[in-house]
Amino acid sequence: MALPAIAFYLLAVATVVAGLLVVSAKNPVHSVLFLITAFFSAAGLFVLMGAEFLAMLLIVVYVGAVAVLFLFVVMMLDVDFAELRQGFAQYLPIGGLVGGVLTIEMIMVAASVVAGGAAGKNAEPLASPVGVPNTEAIGRVLYTDYVFFFQLAGLVLLVAMIGAIVLTLRHKPGVKRQNIGKQNARTPKTGMELVQIKPGEGISE
Amino acid sequence: MSEFFSNPAVTWTLLTTGGILLVVIWVLLSLAFLLLADRKIWAGVQMRKGPNVVGPFGLLQSFADFFKFVLKEIIIPAGADKVIFLLAPLLSLVLAFVGWAVVPFAPGWVVSNLNVGILYLLAMSSLGVYGIIMGGWASNSKYPFLGALRSAAQMVSYEVSIGLIIITVILLAGSMNLSTIVEKQSGWIWNWNVFGGGLHNLVLIPVMVIAMGMFFISALAETNRPPFDLPEAESELVAGYQVEYSSTPYLLFMVAEYSNIVLMCAMISVLFFGGWNPGFPTGFLASWPLFLANLFLALVFFAKIVFWFFMIAMAKAIVPRYRYDQLMRLGWKVFLPMSLVLVLLVSAWRIFGIQG
Repeated sequence: MALPAIAFYLLAVATVVAGLLVVSAKNPVHSVLFLITAFFSAAGLFVLMGAEFLAMLLIVVYVGAVAVLFLFVVMMLDVDFAELRQGFAQYLPIGGLVGGVLTIEMIMVAASVVAGGAAGKNAEPLASPVGVPNTEAIGRVLYTDYVFFFQLAGLVLLVAMIGAIVLTLRHKPGVKRQNIGKQNARTPKTGMELVQIKPGEGISE
Repeated sequence: MSEFFSNPAVTWTLLTTGGILLVVIWVLLSLAFLLLADRKIWAGVQMRKGPNVVGPFGLLQSFADFFKFVLKEIIIPAGADKVIFLLAPLLSLVLAFVGWAVVPFAPGWVVSNLNVGILYLLAMSSLGVYGIIMGGWASNSKYPFLGALRSAAQMVSYEVSIGLIIITVILLAGSMNLSTIVEKQSGWIWNWNVFGGGLHNLVLIPVMVIAMGMFFISALAETNRPPFDLPEAESELVAGYQVEYSSTPYLLFMVAEYSNIVLMCAMISVLFFGGWNPGFPTGFLASWPLFLANLFLALVFFAKIVFWFFMIAMAKAIVPRYRYDQLMRLGWKVFLPMSLVLVLLVSAWRIFGIQG
């Protein structure tokens, strides 16, 4: 029992510290790297709960793809740190308000859990029914009970994707574009022309 | 003292640590000779002799290189982000080796028999991009940064098709545990996933052969091997993200790269070519001692890894480098739709086809 407890405290501390450093780091690239650390430790917490499928998905999707794009964008941007800090006082009231509301909500949830509300029915939240691997458990729920919500989420993502493409797609006239099929179909016959030049005359088009 | 060792937590920790050490040492030793083999094959194709001075046939060349790298001075560029600069090669190396934890070498010979092993492998290989992108950024130099950006875009693109191809194998095996996937392919050679995984699935041969080919090509792109070695294209970017690295950090990058390549060879063998299964029923092994039987199966697995490493080395020697836009076109416009169709075909066959 000692090993999971040690692992839990290590991962929990790592997650919280990394989360704090995300907002306090001066360099935005460091912030993204700490965000990745936070994701990674959170995946470790999932593994400890017995939800290894969710842990792997978290790493593959968030760390492996989303955070890479984050890092990509942050590295490409030329961020002026002095300018970033200028608006701090201006945004403090609304930021403080949102933070305060979130804190109160979290305290309320924690209090209700302690009072035996949310988790009261099962003594221990289970990642999956006993004897069923949690990949299968998630699949069964996702593709039977909630299949319409799942499809709906897919559609929302599709709309977002098409929207992004439509916003950025511009057909400029007069731009030379590659036609791969045409390039590959080129043969010496279509690519070359042999011209017999008579002395002293040159080529006329 | 004996009480301490009879504690299950302690024995578990000791056994696992021992297993990890064995695998790491074995992989490192194999890498030394595979690296030499890579250079020898490359030399052979170009009608050169390759390294032949250190030891018989140059067999000790990798060890000589190792000492040369370790004994040199580590140079950190003045404008570099020091911590990330040194963290990047370490991260690369660690991520390249943790993937081996779930690779089954023989029945029961696996460090961690994870039931989402295949996803774990995918996750670790997708993390590998951080070593490169961190190294390129922390160098604070143009060429490494451009190399790192190229590499990030390339690896993210080809991960998508690798993931989809892996789904076809998961659909055939009905499990994400690598040991189970290998066990499903036991028996005769037509049980291998590349032939559809069983006689009743023989119709799937064209689908799975295409999937295997696409996996092999995506593996080349994922590990930044030629013909997709654009992150370190020496004609354009000198050496890409490794430009500013010297001595041991460079060595770590190189070992990580080769470990990833061999891991990909192992993945192809496990997913498509039956892992440790030799392609005929292994009933005769029942009378052998367990250790010898497992050793035989592990040797079969190593032979497959070496064969795929040979194929990757040949690809490096023979195929000219891709242009970057061609690489992106191949990844997004050819492999992604094709692998989606393959997933559809295999899942349709699993539902409407002959049940095994």
